Amino acid sequence: MNPVDIAVAANESLAEFSNLLIKSAMAVYALAFVAHIVEWVFGSRSKVARTAAALTAEGAGKSGGARTTAAGKGADKVSVTVRTSGGGTEVLERPKVVTRSAPGRRTGVPDGPGAAGGDEQGDLYGRIAVSLTVLAFLLHFAAVLTRALSVQRAPWGNMYEFSTAFSMVAVGAYLAFLVAKKDIRWIGLPLVTTVLLDLGLAIVVFYTESDQLVPALDSYWMWIHVSLAIVCGALFYLGAVSTLLYLFRDRYEAKLEAGGRPGAFAGSVLERLPSSASLDGFAYRINAAVFPFWTFTIIAGAIWAENAWGRYWGWDPKETWSFITWVGYAAYLHARATAGWKGRKAAYLALIAFLCFLFNYYGVNVFFDGLHSYGGV
Amino acid sequence: MPTADVGKAPENTRADAEEQEAGGRISTAPREDPSVDVPALGPVGWARWFWRQLTSMRVALILLFLLSLAAVPGSLIPQNGADAFAVRDFKERNGTLAEVYDRLQLFDVYSSVWFSAIYILLFVSLIGCILPRSWQFVGQLRSRPPRAPRRLTGMPAHTTWRTDTEPEQVLRAARTLLRGRRFRTCPTEETGGPDGSGGSVSGGSVAAEKGYLREAGNLVFHVSLIVMLLAFAAGQLWNSEGGKLIVEGDGFSNTLVHYDDFTSGSLYDTDDLDVFGFTLEEFHASFERTGPQRGTARTFRADVSYWEGADGPEKKTSIEVNHPLKVGDSKVFLVGHGYAPVVTVTDGQGKMAYRGPVPFLPQESLGLTSTGVIKVNDYRNKDGEKEQLGFQGIFTPTYGIDAERGPHSTFPELDYPVLSLNAFHGDLGVNAGLPQNVYQLDTDKMEQFKAEDGDLFRADLRPGESVELPDGAGTLTFDRVEQWASFQVSQEPGEGWALAGATAAVLGLAGSLFVRRRRVWVRARRGADGVTVVEMAGLGRSESARLPEELGDLAFALQDDAPPAADPDGEDPDGEDSAPGQDAGRDAGESTGGTTEDVPAATEDAGPSSRGENE
Ligand code: HEM
Repeated sequence: MNPVDIAVAANESLAEFSNLLIKSAMAVYALAFVAHIVEWVFGSRSKVARTAAALTAEGAGKSGGARTTAAGKGADKVSVTVRTSGGGTEVLERPKVVTRSAPGRRTGVPDGPGAAGGDEQGDLYGRIAVSLTVLAFLLHFAAVLTRALSVQRAPWGNMYEFSTAFSMVAVGAYLAFLVAKKDIRWIGLPLVTTVLLDLGLAIVVFYTESDQLVPALDSYWMWIHVSLAIVCGALFYLGAVSTLLYLFRDRYEAKLEAGGRPGAFAGSVLERLPSSASLDGFAYRINAAVFPFWTFTIIAGAIWAENAWGRYWGWDPKETWSFITWVGYAAYLHARATAGWKGRKAAYLALIAFLCFLFNYYGVNVFFDGLHSYGGV
Repeated sequence: MPTADVGKAPENTRADAEEQEAGGRISTAPREDPSVDVPALGPVGWARWFWRQLTSMRVALILLFLLSLAAVPGSLIPQNGADAFAVRDFKERNGTLAEVYDRLQLFDVYSSVWFSAIYILLFVSLIGCILPRSWQFVGQLRSRPPRAPRRLTGMPAHTTWRTDTEPEQVLRAARTLLRGRRFRTCPTEETGGPDGSGGSVSGGSVAAEKGYLREAGNLVFHVSLIVMLLAFAAGQLWNSEGGKLIVEGDGFSNTLVHYDDFTSGSLYDTDDLDVFGFTLEEFHASFERTGPQRGTARTFRADVSYWEGADGPEKKTSIEVNHPLKVGDSKVFLVGHGYAPVVTVTDGQGKMAYRGPVPFLPQESLGLTSTGVIKVNDYRNKDGEKEQLGFQGIFTPTYGIDAERGPHSTFPELDYPVLSLNAFHGDLGVNAGLPQNVYQLDTDKMEQFKAEDGDLFRADLRPGESVELPDGAGTLTFDRVEQWASFQVSQEPGEGWALAGATAAVLGLAGSLFVRRRRVWVRARRGADGVTVVEMAGLGRSESARLPEELGDLAFALQDDAPPAADPDGEDPDGEDSAPGQDAGRDAGESTGGTTEDVPAATEDAGPSSRGENE
């Protein structure tokens, strides 16, 4: 065997190893999925109804929604316990701050307790699910890495690679939020479910042997433009899940506020989610933070297109749908700044914008045939 | 908490106005004033009403939505600009539907009247909305943060405590603290009671504001959009784009006559063509040989030597797919490649009638099966009569044949090249004065050669082989194969502006979405009992959930200089006891706050809102 053949053989076995890792990751994600389900099931045993209490108790939410960030009234100062670097604790006296939420919103609605619903066993399974997700993420990451090594380029040159990288980033972002102590475990179940779907689709429908790139893709813009597109997509995805749950939760709260009685299942599930205001806020912050990056992704794409094809913008289907997505998110951000469009209407815009993103990725590659259709379906 | 919804006393209305001022202009969002929906009579009234509508946020939102909707059909229906062949094909297949589409300009969506109307309206709206705001903002930058509203307790986040420190000292400390955190601050002396009733209490307040970068970023972003649009428009008017196919060894010089095709903007002057030229020395292409992606291109490289200016020195370089050649204001892109069989044709008299490479155009990318025509204008048949010859050919770099596709190429490289030809004689029609496509043969006035057995004549040649045309009409020799590459030369003025606009847009956007603009007020007054009451309030846009946290931090830091005094009698600690006259008003304010928008600055569409007042 000459050295080239040896290298080729090594790359092929690396690629196979990568495939194996993806399948292992899927197995572990499946376990995490089960653990999350168990978490939700155990969580339903506890009957918490904080939302209803907050919305009905002596006209709260109507009576100004003033609330203090601190404990009950009567305490002038609040004790905040701060862990010092030495491991000890130190008690700080902090002034109490009274806040008033923005008018027109349901105020004082506390966040739900999370999937486990305060149930100890549920919480245990929730923790197990997160641990499994971490393990699966590591396998997933290793799979993308070995794929990159086997092709010796950025591992996002075709739809298979894009899909695996996309879900990897989504899970990575989720875990990063957890590490940053953000209360986001509620997104675990929908996330793991979609990751399983995405990976399944990737290996069954989009699988492409590891290979080199066509000349047009062989550029450092590939690292910038495509990796950013993946990161933006993954974060927009988290935003979209939050928006969707906001819509459900908002309806639930509206029903309670109007004195209605939501169904037992909806009640049990939605009660455990964060309040609609929190979900909406989370979605807004993600979408707003990603929007500049998405803008830059499109600009980088235009610069690359100029280098590769001699024009910045040619209304190729992929370009068109990126533009539509961009305008969709811009409309969403405008909607939030426009009276009468906040809340549900803005949320629908955000969902439409995300669907455009998805369509740009799957739909355009599968149905159209423009310059971008190297998809290797 | 008492929720008495007392009607507002006049002084409360005054206080509200002050409060509104406190929150005013914290956002660049235009005010949506629902009460002015009905325009005044007369054309001027209507025009003003129309202009107000056009520059409102609501209309901007609708236009944005329409713009994205309008872009959709262009991705579903073939477009003239992108693929004229697909359009022709579509028209052939759908008669009446295509006609309707044509009427609706659906084959030219992005230059259609309706698409242009939307984005022009959007940009008029943008200019009408953003430019005045930019001036306003410049004014704001020079002005001072609005003075503390009378009732700090009415603000979205507030805190208060009592201290033994003197009010002046607290205010000084607050100012130092806020400045240290890069707030812009402004102190105000205040006399009179906390309820504005002119009592014996004295003190003052500090107003502070931070995060101007948010509005600046928002304005920069929108202005950059305008810059980008102008740059694109300029590019459309002054751009030029030409295509040229060059066979290895041939050259090109950048003048209009040397182009195969050339388009330019309406204000482009062809005298502006940069003076340069280049020769295609060699073209390299390589393709995947094995695996499922067999036949996929791996590298394309055109080695050229070029010169710049009338008689500049010759320089060598390579043009690759992602690496155009830049000369002057022009860029030369590599856009295509293919093969050019070199053939020699002798006529019926045995004289050479034609020799040269003939570019064949690839019909598919995996094997580069190509088609082309050879036209021989200057030809005499064996009787010495003037005639013309035409050949229609298929070139296969790696010949293969199967029942389904007939002869075709199985690989894009020259592994087993074969040139297959049909031959015609007669009138090519080239002298009719009509421009002719060099890649198509008009056989209307031509007759196909027949072989001796009566079948149509046809030849399959390998490089180096010759074939005799029937009846001594001459010979054709397939000498060898050359490669050709096609280039696009473009000049895009405004490119720098577009790029600068895009960069500024991203930076402005980042500023606008990551920076929070907020105001903080600190008020310190000596209460009736001689103890100083410190009040702090913060105001931001409602999206900023971190405001209370920040206010807490600031208050905590301020308490270093103004430590809380022990509660004399363990009363309600809000400090309200020192200002008893305030309770009713404050609670009234809060009680409406939940349902209406009487805290204007806490809403995103900040501005005086008359809505909450009289409910
Ligand atoms: C080309 C179309 C446009 C795009 C892509 C666009 C994009 C954006 C984006 C992404 C934001 C969010 C920034 C933020 O939340 O702070 C924004 C805010 C804003 N836009 Fe636009 N915009 C466009 C046209 C317009 C037009 C036509 C107007 C005027 C009618 C306008 C007025 C504003 C204002 C005032 C804000 C700030 C809102 C606030 O302070 O909350 N924009 N725009």
